Amino acid sequence: MNGSQPSCTIALAGQPNVGKSTVFNMLTGQTQYVSNWPGKTCEQKVGVHSGNGTCLRIVDLPGTYSLTASSVEEQLARDYLIQGRPDVVVVILDAVSLERNLYLVAELLNLPAPLVLGLNRMDLAAQQGISVEPHVLQAALGVPVVPVVASRGQGLCELVAAAVEVARNPHAWTPNRPEIRADHRPVLAELERLITVHVPQPYHPAWVALKLLEGDSEITRLMHDRLGEDWTPVHAILIRHEDAFLAVAGGRYEWIGRMVRAAVVRPKPGQVTVTDRLDRVATHPWWGLLVLLGILGLLFWLTYQIGVPLQSWLEVHLVQAGAQWAHGRLHSVSPVLAGLIANGVIGGAGTVLTLLPILAIFFAALGLLEEVGYMARAAYVMDRFMHPMGLHGKSFLPLFLGFGCNVPAVMGTRMIESPKARLITILVTPLVPCTARLSVVALLAPIFFGAQAMWVSWGLVALSLLALAGIGVILHELFLGGEHNAFIMELPLYHLPSLRTVLQGVWQRTVEFLKEAGSIILVVSVILWALSTFPGGEIERSYLAAFGRLLAPLGRLMGLEWQMIVALLTSFIRKENTIPTLAVLYGAGQEGAGLAAVLGGRMVPAAALAFLAVQILFIPCVATVATIRQETGSWGWTALSVGLLLVISLLVGASIYQLSFLAGWGI
Amino acid sequence: MRQLLGGRLFTARAAALGFTPGAEVRVIQNIGRGPMIVTVCGARLALGRGEASKIQVEVL
Repeated sequence: MNGSQPSCTIALAGQPNVGKSTVFNMLTGQTQYVSNWPGKTCEQKVGVHSGNGTCLRIVDLPGTYSLTASSVEEQLARDYLIQGRPDVVVVILDAVSLERNLYLVAELLNLPAPLVLGLNRMDLAAQQGISVEPHVLQAALGVPVVPVVASRGQGLCELVAAAVEVARNPHAWTPNRPEIRADHRPVLAELERLITVHVPQPYHPAWVALKLLEGDSEITRLMHDRLGEDWTPVHAILIRHEDAFLAVAGGRYEWIGRMVRAAVVRPKPGQVTVTDRLDRVATHPWWGLLVLLGILGLLFWLTYQIGVPLQSWLEVHLVQAGAQWAHGRLHSVSPVLAGLIANGVIGGAGTVLTLLPILAIFFAALGLLEEVGYMARAAYVMDRFMHPMGLHGKSFLPLFLGFGCNVPAVMGTRMIESPKARLITILVTPLVPCTARLSVVALLAPIFFGAQAMWVSWGLVALSLLALAGIGVILHELFLGGEHNAFIMELPLYHLPSLRTVLQGVWQRTVEFLKEAGSIILVVSVILWALSTFPGGEIERSYLAAFGRLLAPLGRLMGLEWQMIVALLTSFIRKENTIPTLAVLYGAGQEGAGLAAVLGGRMVPAAALAFLAVQILFIPCVATVATIRQETGSWGWTALSVGLLLVISLLVGASIYQLSFLAGWGI
Repeated sequence: MRQLLGGRLFTARAAALGFTPGAEVRVIQNIGRGPMIVTVCGARLALGRGEASKIQVEVL
């Protein structure tokens, strides 16, 4: 039935790595709509499932191990379950790690929404000799349990049917709930009695009392404010029972043990799985490193074989052709309009379009590695190298991608769980020299340094990375006070990837980029085109050039002339723009062939070195800035990132110039 | 596993992952100063050295 309103809302919950995304993708397909949770940078996925005459809204909650308030994801999941009031919660469990997955179910049973459990990966469990009886589990739990093999789409209809059934008859639901360990039950009852009057809607007193005993910071603060003077007796109880959390957790595991005893049969330990065999190499300190470098090498090779040619093709046949067409058509109408459309709009759109092949390849690679389960191993292997920089293993892959292009690197930081670590990684990503920056250096260095060009280039790359490490450490001190996030990371079993999920991920990320970052890039391109054209019609007589001349005194500190400053400003759109801008401003012709001759004479080595250093450290290109804005959700952090790089590049440029001058390279 | 020596957040996270008194922890890899790999409650986990030191176990 098209156009019908969803009849009920299902929240999809589950611990990480259980295959929840696969279930969500299978059920909602193309109707998925990715946005951010209100006020947060964590992504929210909502989709619609229609079939069998029903229409359901499915909200994919972030994967969480439990519902404490310690991470953004857990906070979000909890808030949605309490305030969003879904009609039913479908919890996805992995048959292979059932005992652990049930911990989340134990928490969810304390919340009002009814549950339905989807037991996923029944095929993998069977392979490992683990046998699970859904009926027995259902009888023990008092909650519907539906066996599912999400990767093959099996059992999903039954799961949806069960969910709808429960949503329609919420009062028929009588689960077997876990209880706190017996010795703590009187305390819990006492707490509940003390607070019950003050508990605000939509919270339930029983749940609030349990959370207080657990020591949950958000709930403690909430009730502290609510109770005012009456907080004192409550506080006394909580202090006396500070270790109550273990009683709560213990109670849950005792309950899990009972539920699982009859339903699950495990094989004898000592059986070596495929995962064990692969991990002997993948997590080995040295072999693992080689494997990782091999995979990354493969990724970049693919990018150059497929991505770059595609990029060039798009550039020539779409962007340039489009610009020429527009110019031809509109020139007679109005040269200004022609310029605006051809260079501003189509040029800007071209910047976005030509990025797409690279983005698609990187997203596909990241998605595939995540699906297969290798991502965690990569983070594990790189972790000890990241620590000196105040980062974690998970930051390595996004940063490494930055060598290809900073845009997917920034987008790749989504895999980092801690918001602060993610922010730090995003802020240092622009310091990774991307191929665009490197291409400018590669072109200019030989002009000034001849045979030593290679040393200069490597030196500049090393400089960038040193700056990255240094800034990383500083930001780590500032934001995290030097403390490290608890490093406990699950290494999921390897399994065959679902190509459908990977491709869907690529599509989603690409569309998201086009919508959010793409619009910013287009607008800025047009603005910069206008600044570099008006009022004189040519760049030498434009506002941009005037601005460059204005900054000439600043440039002199670095040995740079105003033309070079303008070139740096135009590199904001695309790093490669530096070359043609220099060519035009120095009258060396569009191709830059005469540029070598012209520049060679105009810049002393000290100044050239400074210029290249500034170029490589300069503010990120507009695409990266737009992506930073997309990923941080805040103009403030974006501005900080730009400011940070501006300051670094200018300071380094000035220092290099002055120091080299003193060293005698000024002649 | 016998005891968890850590703040509230660490305890909550560790407990949710399967570290409860009486649970069986098996060490898979323990090389150098990097994180170690263990299995607990049917899952493989990578544990940083700092975190590992907060988990008190009894050797079987």
